[in-house]
Amino acid sequence: MESHHIIDARGLTKQFGDLVAVSNLDLTVERGQIYGFLGPNGSGKSTTIRMLCGLLTPTEGSATVLDFEVPGDSNRLKPRIGYMTQKFSLFTDLTVHENLLFIAEIYSYPKAERSARIEQLLERYNLVAQRRQLAGTMSGGQKQRLALACAVLHHPDLLLLDEPTSAVDPQSRRDFWSNLFRLASDGTTILVSTHYMDEAERCHRLAILDHGVKVADGTPLDLRARTGMNIVEVIADDPYAAQVTIHELPEVASVTQLGVRLRVLIPESFDAPLALIEKALRAQQIDARVQLTDATLEDVFVAVTLKQPPGDS
Amino acid sequence: MSLSRILAIVKKEVRQLRRDRLTFGMVVGLPVIQMLLFGYAINTDVRNLKTAVTNLSGTHLSQQFVAALRQTQVIDVIEFTGSASALEDKLRRGEISIGVFIPADFDRRVADPTRTAVQLLVDGTDPTILGVANQLRLMPFGFDTTSAGGARSPLLDVRPYYNPERRTPVNIIPGLTGVILTMTLILFTAVAIVRERERGNLELLINTPVSSAELMIGKIIPYIVIGLLQLALILAVGRLLFDVPVRGSVVELYLAALAFVAANLSLGLLISTAAQTQFQAMQMMVFILMPSILLSGFMFPFAGMPLVAQYIGEALPNTHFIRLSRGIMLRDASLLDMKADLYYLVGFTVAAMTVAALRFNKRLD
Repeated sequence: MESHHIIDARGLTKQFGDLVAVSNLDLTVERGQIYGFLGPNGSGKSTTIRMLCGLLTPTEGSATVLDFEVPGDSNRLKPRIGYMTQKFSLFTDLTVHENLLFIAEIYSYPKAERSARIEQLLERYNLVAQRRQLAGTMSGGQKQRLALACAVLHHPDLLLLDEPTSAVDPQSRRDFWSNLFRLASDGTTILVSTHYMDEAERCHRLAILDHGVKVADGTPLDLRARTGMNIVEVIADDPYAAQVTIHELPEVASVTQLGVRLRVLIPESFDAPLALIEKALRAQQIDARVQLTDATLEDVFVAVTLKQPPGDS
Repeated sequence: MSLSRILAIVKKEVRQLRRDRLTFGMVVGLPVIQMLLFGYAINTDVRNLKTAVTNLSGTHLSQQFVAALRQTQVIDVIEFTGSASALEDKLRRGEISIGVFIPADFDRRVADPTRTAVQLLVDGTDPTILGVANQLRLMPFGFDTTSAGGARSPLLDVRPYYNPERRTPVNIIPGLTGVILTMTLILFTAVAIVRERERGNLELLINTPVSSAELMIGKIIPYIVIGLLQLALILAVGRLLFDVPVRGSVVELYLAALAFVAANLSLGLLISTAAQTQFQAMQMMVFILMPSILLSGFMFPFAGMPLVAQYIGEALPNTHFIRLSRGIMLRDASLLDMKADLYYLVGFTVAAMTVAALRFNKRLD
């Protein structure tokens, strides 16, 4: 019997020449989880996913996926995983139905059940009307649904999704996520990379990657609870002037402007964050309302990706 | 119009060109290599044509004549045979290009200025060889001075085999078949994998359980059928419009074509595993197509080429197919007569497919 660890990676590292794309990554994903990779472009999300599928050979470290060593045993792993590439990778000059049929044949899906399975997928992923449409002529959302249908056709135990929603509208993203939750409740483990905070929020568990390094790992709730920062919200008449003023304070880790509001991150090690901000603004005669607030995932992200600890500029 | 904007474009183009090694290779390598290679290879002064001699006379004079023929260096006598039919046999099998038949009454015929003394049996499937034989006919021989002043009819009688009417299409079409198939088939598979790489399909494919060998074999099978259909089309057009015969067995011709089609498709796949873009695949294809036309014996007889060009020619599938197709279509030769060429094509296919499957890694690094 397999352990309940679907993915177990230790010290995974990938170098391309001088560039370290992924550095010493430890990763544990448990059965039935939707596990998120959050990080900006170039943070090593795709490279990690490709190493986990056996597409790339790690420079150092090792990983087992569904108890198979990758990349050594990836041929036996392939029938058990589904992979959705970042770029649409189905055949644009085949119809929706032809694409699904091809995938069914390539995975040697039992002949007797093929057409029933394809019908089921067309139904579930709302592609019945597009059945005879060339995949290349479909909208971003339709392509994405087709890609997901193809990735799950053979009932994989693990689904690896590389920025699946980067090219679709918000409504399609919501529908897509409800599909993911359905798959997860059916027992599929899902690893999904994203750079959207709201999507990261939906994951059971989350790793934040920055420049190839995992800088945080936990449930979204957990991560928000232990940012190590006080989050101060500032509503000022002149938010830009307020931002300039606050930015100069050595205690402040980060200031972000969101419309008329500013979000200020100050490490918990400094006492009285509100008084600090109020005093600085008053000195510049800037009117503002200042209050403490809860951390969002974006705050978490900002907090963990800070290059320098505040105070030494 | 802004000069600085034009210059900006020029600079950008030059920068990109410098980084595109293959295009750079085309700019520099293609002219130099091809001038050297084809400049030497394209040589209608054919020498050392493979020749067999049947000398039924055996007199001193006839031996003198053979020595004189050899001295021209146009022919390279590789064998002496006992009968005219043995000469014809060798001609049909493609072992020789010219057969020299010296009849028993050679000496008497030489003495009579109205008669020809020697027959040259020439492989008429290659027009250049026929031309060479005709030149040979006009060449004066040292001992041919007995009838001083009196004009004598030529000593040699040229008998072109397989294309007695000397019609060009008959010579051209078997070779052209090879060129057409080379051109279309290599291209089909050369872009086959690159296209999927460019479109992103490959990353999906290599994540499925499909193996490299399955992918390669699956990719060439449809094109094998297409190649054989093309052959049918070429043969039909050749027959209907140009009256080009298929004298040998059509089944054997198709077997030869099958091996040739497979060899070309495998070569295309090999290109496809090396090229990064479809354009690169096309560029590589040019490097194969040019010699396939010029060094395969299609345009110029093999015997006239320098050794290096012959070696390159021998490596190309088209060279072997042209020998097979000329043999079967025009000389009624059987595949068994030309086993070596068939084996080469089969071996080439196996080797190219193996290398392509090995090169095609189911990884991205």
